[in-house]
Amino acid sequence: MMSTRALGLGSSLRKVALTPSLARNRLVVRNTVARRSIQTESFPPSTAVEILNKQRLNRPSSPHFTIYQPQLTWLGSIANRATGGALSALLYGFSIAYLVAPGTFDSTHVVEFVAGMPDAVKYAGKAILAAPFAFHSLNGLRHLAWDMNKFMTVKGAYATGYAVLAGTAVSTVALVLM
Amino acid sequence: MQALTSRSLARSSRSIRAFSTSPGRWQAEPLQKPVLQKEFKIYRWNPDEPAKKPHLQSYTIDLNQTGPMILDALIKIKNEIDPTLTFRRSCREGICGSCAMNIDGQNTLACLCRIDRNASKDSKIYPLPHMYIVKDLVPDLTLFYKQYKSIKPYLQNDNVPEREHLQSPEDRKKLDGMYECILCACCSTSCPSYWWNQDEYLGPAALMAAYRWIADSRDTYGAQRKEHFQNELSLFRCHTIFNCSRTCPKGLNPAKAIAEIKLALATE
Repeated sequence: MMSTRALGLGSSLRKVALTPSLARNRLVVRNTVARRSIQTESFPPSTAVEILNKQRLNRPSSPHFTIYQPQLTWLGSIANRATGGALSALLYGFSIAYLVAPGTFDSTHVVEFVAGMPDAVKYAGKAILAAPFAFHSLNGLRHLAWDMNKFMTVKGAYATGYAVLAGTAVSTVALVLM
Repeated sequence: MQALTSRSLARSSRSIRAFSTSPGRWQAEPLQKPVLQKEFKIYRWNPDEPAKKPHLQSYTIDLNQTGPMILDALIKIKNEIDPTLTFRRSCREGICGSCAMNIDGQNTLACLCRIDRNASKDSKIYPLPHMYIVKDLVPDLTLFYKQYKSIKPYLQNDNVPEREHLQSPEDRKKLDGMYECILCACCSTSCPSYWWNQDEYLGPAALMAAYRWIADSRDTYGAQRKEHFQNELSLFRCHTIFNCSRTCPKGLNPAKAIAEIKLALATE
């Protein structure tokens, strides 16, 4: 007797014996499975640009500062810009005001006006003026160092950034107590 | 033949059943990992429905059935939950730069970014910031590539040597930390200056590529390359914010390269 096991055919013969007759008939399988429901449209190449341009007009811009992680790097930069703007506005505003009405905006009147205020307002006002001034000045030194190619690493940027914040805190307190 | 086949079939199936139906006692039960569901919120926008505003879509997957990286999670979501989710990916090992996106607020490559195992916190995935979106997480990088092209990123030297251009090891060393850039656009799209002025400011990626050629001892067009930046915006819109170096997934330092060009222009 020819043993199928001895020839190693046992499993393959069994597979054939057990598969349903439909699957064995290749033609039937191809006709039933290969039909797909997806329809495609064909366009000439010239319309591709047109479709692309139409899409380009509709493309949204992805969100930026609202989703970006708050980091010392860019928040420090924004703070530098904001404090610089505010200090300039104050300087120019006061100077122009002095030009327009020298009688009300000269040193004597300003000193008198501030002297008449309660202590709390005096300290708060000093802090509001001193903090941006200290930050902007110290951060300016940081920028000068960068322009000389010093501290130009991420570590350097963070170390100097925290140093500026610490320096700002200390000098703000010092200026307020002056 | 028919009789022989069926007889031997019956015999072989009987003998096999004896093996296959009893579970091997030597096989340990596979350890069932606990289910660790984590929510991913992913930016979606479909160009076929342009009137619909971009929104965040939420997907929850089991981290213990997912690979370790964000890209694994994205591929799992695309395979098993939502095949319409669209993103770029190719090498899955941080060398092609295709899967650059904003993950939990930072620009990085999805394939190099580990999933935070803290399942109580969701992960937010946005496309690269302030870019036009082609679909979902796919930004339009046309302008970015044009800017790269504009700095002429190739060797320019009129004295063609007999054989190759020779370079000392010291000069070669100057290019380390710049030639590794894969142009994934993480740095440029993290830069606020680039957000507001990308039509004119070249951005950190293109500028570092420019300095890579200015610093190359084999390139003789350094003066022309620098001349290209003698205006207010191309280079000098850089305000040393450091977002670029902070976010670079390859650990490079574009801010330093830009500072070198600025210094070279200032001391000319």
